[in-house]
Amino acid sequence: MKFKPPSLALAFSVLGAFLILFLLIPVILLYLTTPSESLVGIVYDEEAVKAIFLSLAAATLATMLVLLFGVPLAFLLARYHFAGKSLVEAIVDLPLVIPHSVAGIAVLVAYSSRSTIGGLLSHLGLTIEDTFWGIVAAMAFVSATILINAARDGFQSVDREYENVARTLGAPLHRVFFGIYLPLSFKSILSGAIMTWARAMSEVGAILIVAYFPKTAPILIVERFLNFGLSASKPIACALLAISIAVFLILRFLAKRR
Amino acid sequence: MLELIEVSKKWPEFNITRVSMHCRKGEYFVIMGPTGAGKTLLLQLIAGIEYPDSGKILIDDLDVTYHPPEKRRVGYVPQNYALFPHLDVFENIAFGLKLRKLSRLEIKRRVKELAEHLGIEHLLHRDVKTLSGGEQQRVALARALAVDPSILLLDEPLSALDTKTRESLRDYLKKINKDFQVTAVHVTHDFIEALSLADRMAIMNKGQLLQVGTPDEILSHPSNRFVAEFTGSINVLRGKASPREGATEIKVANTSIWAIGQHQGEVTAIIRPESILVAKEKPRTSARNVFQATVDGIEHRGAVYAVKLITDEGLSFTAYITRSALLELDLKPGDSAFLFFKASEVHLLR
Repeated sequence: MKFKPPSLALAFSVLGAFLILFLLIPVILLYLTTPSESLVGIVYDEEAVKAIFLSLAAATLATMLVLLFGVPLAFLLARYHFAGKSLVEAIVDLPLVIPHSVAGIAVLVAYSSRSTIGGLLSHLGLTIEDTFWGIVAAMAFVSATILINAARDGFQSVDREYENVARTLGAPLHRVFFGIYLPLSFKSILSGAIMTWARAMSEVGAILIVAYFPKTAPILIVERFLNFGLSASKPIACALLAISIAVFLILRFLAKRR
Repeated sequence: MLELIEVSKKWPEFNITRVSMHCRKGEYFVIMGPTGAGKTLLLQLIAGIEYPDSGKILIDDLDVTYHPPEKRRVGYVPQNYALFPHLDVFENIAFGLKLRKLSRLEIKRRVKELAEHLGIEHLLHRDVKTLSGGEQQRVALARALAVDPSILLLDEPLSALDTKTRESLRDYLKKINKDFQVTAVHVTHDFIEALSLADRMAIMNKGQLLQVGTPDEILSHPSNRFVAEFTGSINVLRGKASPREGATEIKVANTSIWAIGQHQGEVTAIIRPESILVAKEKPRTSARNVFQATVDGIEHRGAVYAVKLITDEGLSFTAYITRSALLELDLKPGDSAFLFFKASEVHLLR
């Protein structure tokens, strides 16, 4: 009998299954190895609860700010050709390749109250060292790329003829943007925003440097792990994970429904 | 009314050069040219999607050369129809009306009226993604007509449709042109389509208009070689039409050609060479037009052979046949053969 190699699909399924298990097992074991009473006890851990709410608030605000400034930029990049466009695109992608601790240092250098720009900002009440605003700034810096690129891809996939027709029907460009481009790119923008939010939630490196205090949930986890060990950090890790997954799933569900 | 005066525009890889043309109010004007002739770009210049480098564009005597599309009163039906996928049929048609700040009731009334006229009222609440090609086109037409344009721009409106739908939509386009008294500018690469629809037409190649005139003028006096190649590539017959036996009989020389419909008077009949079949023996066929002829010449033309035949009555026809058909029939100049074609393949110009 001749050796019959497994089909390509079978071979790939095996390889893929390894990776899926590699990703899934830690998540499941994290819950299985954490005693249920310490999981429930998290609600009485005031520091942890505060940290989680801080993370949620900062990540949501960072995502909203990135949406406000990033979606118009994404539209420009998708719709127009202009001098220096590839430079702008390179700048947009830059945070992806910068190590996050370096990003934190760079943000601090540029916007701390001792810098020129930061000095001006602090007159407006916006200081970033060890403040809520510092957390938001660090989160926005490391996650903006995701949203801008997702929105740009969304805008780019809209057939230009829709715009042409809408214009001849009497729509000026701003109406075309709100009536055609935005609804047709809504899915891309929403899924980009979800990924941006998730990225902001999970940020540690840049926040560690810009604003160690007030402590976000990921920072608190690091701190408890370093000071008290694995089992001390597990309950809050479980809680953070559960909240992140829940929000992620809800938003994904909403995005799919549209 | 639409007028272009010496309109030129340079793109990195293409130029529109000194295009001048004039469409009268309510006229059906067709721009015919091969793929890559610049027809779509010319439409976009008229629509205001692109602006020319020089020259003037006038719509209803108003210089709109640098007006944005929303200030031109042009309706635009692109080749892929571009129905807004996030809106249903009603909302697509109402899109332009909503921008005009009409009341809800008024919008509803106008959309309904238009949909009834175009025979799409049963589609109003359908998702546009579920429409057939022909339905999509009617919706795209309704959407363009809703804002009462002065000029209706149609980019290859029939090319994405199957043959049967194409035939019915051709008459439909003409009817819309008359009913709405809208000047239609229709772009196509199909010479027969152009001839059978146009009040007047232009032939375009490499970004230039080579000749403008009525289909008859272009057929009888092609102004240069490029145009002559088009006119020479089809069969043109002139004769006197009269309705008979539920069809149209056209007296040409001392014989008759049959076409469908009920036509009367002097007509020009055109038949595509690919619609003419050739046989060695007299065929028993449903085709209404059968002639005995002599092979006058055989020429290689791209993927096919052009067989020139002269009927016993003295009419000259060109038929396109494949190499294998030529070998099987073993045709040589001087041979006797039969040529035949269906009445529905005879296109009449008015």
